Amino acid sequence: MMRPVPVSRRLALAAILFGMASASSAAQASEAQVMIDNFTFSPAEITVAPGTRITWTNRDDIPHTVTASAEPRAFKSSALDTGDSFAFTFEAPGTYTYFCSLHPHMQGSIIVR
Amino acid sequence: MDSEQNIKNHGHDRRGLLKCMVWAGAGVLWTVSGGVPRSSLIGSAHAAEAADFSFMQISDSHIGFANAPNTDTAGTLREAVGLVARQKGNAAFLIHTGDVSQLSKPAQFDTAEQIIREAGLETHYVPGEHDVLDEDGKAFFERFTKGASKGYYSFDQSGVHFVGLNNVQSLKAGGLGNLGAEQLAWLERDLGGRPASQPIVVFAHIPLWTVSQEWGWGTDDGVQALGFLRRFGSVTVLNGHIHQVMQKVEGTVAFHTAASTAFPQPAPGSAPSPGPIKDLPAGRLRSTLGIARVSHVQGQAGLAIIDTPLGA
Repeated sequence: MMRPVPVSRRLALAAILFGMASASSAAQASEAQVMIDNFTFSPAEITVAPGTRITWTNRDDIPHTVTASAEPRAFKSSALDTGDSFAFTFEAPGTYTYFCSLHPHMQGSIIVR
Repeated sequence: MDSEQNIKNHGHDRRGLLKCMVWAGAGVLWTVSGGVPRSSLIGSAHAAEAADFSFMQISDSHIGFANAPNTDTAGTLREAVGLVARQKGNAAFLIHTGDVSQLSKPAQFDTAEQIIREAGLETHYVPGEHDVLDEDGKAFFERFTKGASKGYYSFDQSGVHFVGLNNVQSLKAGGLGNLGAEQLAWLERDLGGRPASQPIVVFAHIPLWTVSQEWGWGTDDGVQALGFLRRFGSVTVLNGHIHQVMQKVEGTVAFHTAASTAFPQPAPGSAPSPGPIKDLPAGRLRSTLGIARVSHVQGQAGLAIIDTPLGA
């Protein structure tokens, strides 16, 4: 049975996932979330284990993208409207910086190790 | 291609004729251009040709946006276009400085195009970042900048040289708006050889001057573009993007940003983010939206810009 999950609980869940993902490189978290609010990726930096699938969700009223900074681009979302999500699984260790190609002052990074 | 990007409304015949008329008129024509009185204009067809005329500007219609503080952006665009139609007088044309749509959807372009047509004015567009989300903006350029497949072009009107620029693509991480080397090279060629007395109007979506580094309100290589423009006596730079009226004069260059027809954005640094101002007092939305009328008066240094809000 599906019940709507209140926003506050979803936030709490997201926070737990952040904690799991960033607490330790040994953590075997396979999922992590990055929220887009107020033209900001949060958390702006996140450390995850190889194989982690990161999902970005845009909660602004303005579209944003998630675009790898380095070319050729390892990942690039289409424009995410309000409530839209984009996911990418990070297999190889390394630091992946990304930005919003519409508002390039918005930047974040994913550290995989 | 130069020829593709360069759309001229005036043939050489007319320019030649006007040049003759100036000589026939005799005497010394003193005008002030960019604050510099000059008599040398007598040989300049461009200056002689620059007659009084006006054009209108709208910006940031964001058709498809339907959140606080405006769930009817088609309605407010229609009001803005109605105001343009009432105020246009003998205006030569209308410019739209980008973000026609919210998400580059064909239906959003359709709606905007149909409403803007009601102004009854030829309309020159430049893209905003919201207009080029898919296929590098192909759909926008095919519809709104015909003949300029990269969204930048120039044309002449009544002796004034107009340059539409595209500074919303190939943005770099951590950067601002971007023109790029190819467009800058085109701009340098486009301006080269023009007399310094010819008034220049540049229009682009993102401000060419840095309004706010933190919010990305500026153009990384705008300084290079302004370098090409510095020798001209009268330069007017018109932008949108920041959804508020702002102006600045630097030497002979006047910068002006237009209001949106959709929603206001906060003054730089006055809010946590540049997103829409959602908590407007009831009934105040239309005081934050508007149109602009730009007039060139022969012999005046700068162009006169009048912003009119949609409501009180």
